[in-house]
Amino acid sequence: MTALLLAAEDVNVAQNVAFGIIAFIMIVAALRVVTTNNIVHAALWLVVVLAGVAAQYILAAAEFVAVSQVLVYIGAVMVLFLFGIMLTRAQIGSEKGLNNKSWALGIPVALLLLGLMAYVIVDAYEDTVLPDRGPTPTEALSDQFLSIYFIPFIALSFVLLAAAIGAIVLARKD
Amino acid sequence: MLVVNFLLLAAVLFCIGVYGVIARRNAVLVLMSIELILNSVNINLIAFSLMHGSVDGQVFALYVIAVAAAEVGVGLAMVLMIYRNRKSIALDELSEMSG
Repeated sequence: MTALLLAAEDVNVAQNVAFGIIAFIMIVAALRVVTTNNIVHAALWLVVVLAGVAAQYILAAAEFVAVSQVLVYIGAVMVLFLFGIMLTRAQIGSEKGLNNKSWALGIPVALLLLGLMAYVIVDAYEDTVLPDRGPTPTEALSDQFLSIYFIPFIALSFVLLAAAIGAIVLARKD
Repeated sequence: MLVVNFLLLAAVLFCIGVYGVIARRNAVLVLMSIELILNSVNINLIAFSLMHGSVDGQVFALYVIAVAAAEVGVGLAMVLMIYRNRKSIALDELSEMSG
């Protein structure tokens, strides 16, 4: 199980330490998202998780995706969530009844899933070391988007347009 | 860095998100848990992109980000409509379609 040791041989120790710290913060914040009794706090802990994900992207040499993550998730999606919270709730504060009656059922399900996935992942990729690559040039991404992934790109534009129109239609008052 | 680090982190986030979807009763909190799940998938895509030295994984991650943004928009619009009609967004009260 060298996989779980942060400072394995011939790997960049500083990178590993940074990964470990960010991963710990992310896991704690994610646990708070699903356990806190205050919806606004859940949204703010979700910001911590999303920022941690962006930091992990930078560690994994995916700068453009990290910037998109910050712009789209922390910038836009979180504002949507806060709007959703404030438009559907009378008071801001901790409240009861955020969990189902059978919420405890989720714990064994999640633990079982985690055990299964961890076993499979460790079994398959036990000692695969990530290569040390420099930052991904954004031209490489745009080349992919505008050549072989062009039709999915256009389709995605239509999905976004349809979602925007659909959201307006659904949320209208009349 | 080992690829297992990224994959295990993503697995933990995924399972926390699954727990949130099962345990939460408030529709907005369920949507937040879904965001956790989508982000864990993105971490996997980025890790495999780095491992194979190809940018295809990053392209897919950007697609997932865009689709997640669309999903949140439509999802929250639906939540608002349900709230307007029923004054509640508790998911266990929405049982008309269960027959």
